[in-house]
Amino acid sequence: MTETASDAIEAPESGDDDLALAPPTGDAVLKLRDFRVTFPTLFGDVKAVRGIDLDVGAGEMLGIVGESGSGKSVTFLGTMGLLPKSARIEGSATVGGLELVGASPKVLNRVRGQRMAMIFQDPLSALNPVHRIGDQIVEMIRSHQDTGKKAAWEKSIELLDIVGIPQPRDRASQYPHEFSGGMRQRVMIAMAIANDPEVLIADEPTTALDVTVQAQILDVLQRVRREMHTAIVLITHDLGVVARVADRVQVMYAGRAAERGDVVPIFDHPSHPYTRGLMSSIPALGRERLSPIPGAPPNMVDPPSGCAFRVRCPFAIDACAEGLPELVPFGDLATACIRAKDLVELESVS
Amino acid sequence: MTELMNPSAVAVEAPPGAAPTGDAEGLSRKSLSPRQMAWRRYRSHGPAMIATVVLVLMVIFVLLAPITARYGVNEAVFKTEGGVSNRYLSPRAEAWFGTDDIGRDLYSRLIYGTRVSLAIGLAAAIIGVVVGTVMGAFAGLRGGWFDDILMRVTDIFLAFPFLVALLVTRNMLGEISWLEPIIGERTSIRFIILLLALFGWMGVARVVRGQVLALKEREFIEASRAMGAGNRRIIIRHLLPNSIGPILVAMTFSVVAAIIAESTLGFFGFGPQPGADTTSLGLLVGTSKENVLTGNWWMVLFPCLTLLLVALTINLVGDGLRDATDPKLQRG
Amino acid sequence: MFRFIVRRLIWAVPTLLIVTFLVYVAIRLGTDPVASYRRSNARASEAKIQQYIEDNGLYEGFGGYVKGYFSWLGSFLSGDWPNSIKGNREVWPNLKDAMANSIRLAGIASVLSIIIGVTFGVFAALKPGSVRDGGVNTTALVMLSIPPFVSAVILQMVFAVYTRQWFPEATWLHFPTSGVYPPGQHGFNLLEMLRYLTLPVIVVAIQTIAVYTRYMRASLLDVLNSDYLRTARAKGVSERTVLVKHAMRNAMLPIVTLAAIDFGALFGGLIITENIFEYPGMGRFFLTAYGNGDFPELMPWMVIVVLAVIIFNLLADLSYAFLDPRIRL
Repeated sequence: MTETASDAIEAPESGDDDLALAPPTGDAVLKLRDFRVTFPTLFGDVKAVRGIDLDVGAGEMLGIVGESGSGKSVTFLGTMGLLPKSARIEGSATVGGLELVGASPKVLNRVRGQRMAMIFQDPLSALNPVHRIGDQIVEMIRSHQDTGKKAAWEKSIELLDIVGIPQPRDRASQYPHEFSGGMRQRVMIAMAIANDPEVLIADEPTTALDVTVQAQILDVLQRVRREMHTAIVLITHDLGVVARVADRVQVMYAGRAAERGDVVPIFDHPSHPYTRGLMSSIPALGRERLSPIPGAPPNMVDPPSGCAFRVRCPFAIDACAEGLPELVPFGDLATACIRAKDLVELESVS
Repeated sequence: MTELMNPSAVAVEAPPGAAPTGDAEGLSRKSLSPRQMAWRRYRSHGPAMIATVVLVLMVIFVLLAPITARYGVNEAVFKTEGGVSNRYLSPRAEAWFGTDDIGRDLYSRLIYGTRVSLAIGLAAAIIGVVVGTVMGAFAGLRGGWFDDILMRVTDIFLAFPFLVALLVTRNMLGEISWLEPIIGERTSIRFIILLLALFGWMGVARVVRGQVLALKEREFIEASRAMGAGNRRIIIRHLLPNSIGPILVAMTFSVVAAIIAESTLGFFGFGPQPGADTTSLGLLVGTSKENVLTGNWWMVLFPCLTLLLVALTINLVGDGLRDATDPKLQRG
Repeated sequence: MFRFIVRRLIWAVPTLLIVTFLVYVAIRLGTDPVASYRRSNARASEAKIQQYIEDNGLYEGFGGYVKGYFSWLGSFLSGDWPNSIKGNREVWPNLKDAMANSIRLAGIASVLSIIIGVTFGVFAALKPGSVRDGGVNTTALVMLSIPPFVSAVILQMVFAVYTRQWFPEATWLHFPTSGVYPPGQHGFNLLEMLRYLTLPVIVVAIQTIAVYTRYMRASLLDVLNSDYLRTARAKGVSERTVLVKHAMRNAMLPIVTLAAIDFGALFGGLIITENIFEYPGMGRFFLTAYGNGDFPELMPWMVIVVLAVIIFNLLADLSYAFLDPRIRL
């Protein structure tokens, strides 16, 4: 019960690059403040995202971790304006200072693909099956730059090469179904970086792929981050992925942040019971039993008051039901658990 | 809930985490079975609900024929006497929908006729669905030569213009004298029911086959087999319950198709001639042909409107059923 | 793809043979050609009757059926078609005219229906669940529920009788309700032809518009739920381009296939409409021939209809392969 996460997952390699450890240079490229998303449905208003703050700096890779329904994807779909029209978005989301919440469709269109790009989980369904790969990349280029068709086509071949697709000239004339899963995801990345965006959102990019291919894709993302100084948000429910490539991690639960910090401390000494629960529910060498988190994901129409995790938390007290928990600094982390200090004490006792 | 809310709108808007299960505090949503969800969706389909009500009322009305009809099927409105003819009277107090060529009340005849046609349609559809389901299920499950032949045969039949195939088959069957004791003679009601069923089963068979083909690769079927279930058990316990939706939809549309087919045949004089004591929509609609240019508009309008009403309500019900049981809309 | 076409055409031959044989048997059983001949030509001599049997291959018995089929097949393929039992007319000229008339009717109705149907389907699909979506869907269903002979008869009644009664002055409203041209018309007159086609086209269009509307709506709704639209939006592509270049391009695929198959089916499928409006197309041809038990007219008709279905199904498959790169034959 008191095993640390680093027993379970190989510690991320520190010193891999200097850029990974250094704090974000200058002002954050993507800033969310009290970001909220609400969906009106037959069952009532679903409060999918209930006040998220976060910063991502240039060249930084922020991992967003959470289970299905935590609101992690919806947050970023919302910033990009890709949610259904009925969704209500409040708060602030700025990219390079430009406010996206409430921005006109024209502005959003210009931001999307140029300043902010997104890649999705299933690259097969994310690519139009009847258009050639090259054409799809060309579309990305020509939507934002004044480039001729031929020049754009050449650029797309270049991009395919950058992401590591062999024989890019031939491949550009092929269709999505002729590519393997990993290749398709590389194509998505190529498309996303075509206009050198400031922010790249990767929504579960490796979930649909084989483990071996996962590593390759993560490497591509690393290269993008290093060579183009793009701020990357990596959304995933897979802790292994986060451990491997992220600089900082933000753990989300029920539409709010549970914990935040650099990747090593988060894995080494997580402060929030939810994070700890996640870490200990992973199979690992030497661990004889899995201990899943009891209970079920919350109902987002009517979430539990106060800290939404309290109904599943072994350490919950009455105070946990009052007031929405905010992230407060706690050592080298920021935590939303009001009992973080107590938990540490409990541990050092046993 | 809004009146005309289309279920697909709900599916599109449903975000992740909208309807989870569980019973602890804050986890209050009760989970609904697929059947309950389908019923909910059906209820939210405005036109389908209206149509269902109308259809049920119509069926009841027609079943209570001796009470709701004002005259007997063959009864003249009043006897011709003293120069006052009872033929071709326009709608009036004694005959709400007018009278026909021998003075019978069209309104009453329509009620009896609709009853007969509904029965024909239902019977043909039921037989067609039963046969079609069995054939389709076996074809889908076993594949092989059975499936190939089934597909070929249905392809050929369905390739011909429907009316052509219907007419030719009708005549052909009518000529084969040794079949007569079984299927009845050409102008009997039994014959037409079987004829319509003959065409009906093919559509259902294809639908069921499609369903089976899609389902049989699913893991729960594999698991069943691993537990030793044979074909028959798999069909009955697993495939059919999961295919109820499409089968119901196919059956509903079969009923309409049968009723319209019967009317069409009747229109051209190839329909059932059940004798003097009953009539059918087909027959009534058939008389409209000769009345177009004679100015007896009621003979045309009322049978056509009745047919239209029947077809429309059943179609709407079928549409509602289809939307309610569409597997693509299983979320939310 | 070339190999696919060749393979399909090769398969078409035995299919045609089998189907025409079955049709041969069905028609012989169903209409008793010899008796029909006797009925039509009451004073025909035995020699003539025998000649008729020879020409058409109407031998008795099981072996006779087979032998007769091949005999028929031979004369059919060689172009030496026996004449109709009514007045000993040649079959081909009338059949040819019937085909032309049907193509005109089906063609105009199809083109109109596709344009109107696709438009309304898109209109409805763009706002699913809205009043206009429900309205379009329900209207389409109502239109589908109107059996063709109902609409034909009602239209005929209105335009043959009542427009003349109620609006005797407005001659433009008096649409003709039968035939192709006014009696005594010689030569080609587009306006008149269109006037005579108006009512039949409306009747056909009521059904086909409804079908295309629902098909397009369903297809577009399906596509609108696709992930690649979200990707396109994420690329900053304008909503209009998303709709046309991405959504419609994918949604039109099934429509093209449907159009091909539908047109093939319309070929012999307008029997009711043609009958009511006395329009001399393939449908009417069949009904008359069938009513007379006219074997020499029925068989070529059947062959053409089956051929049309086979060809248009092939075209449908080809078009699908052509438009969808995932399908490579």
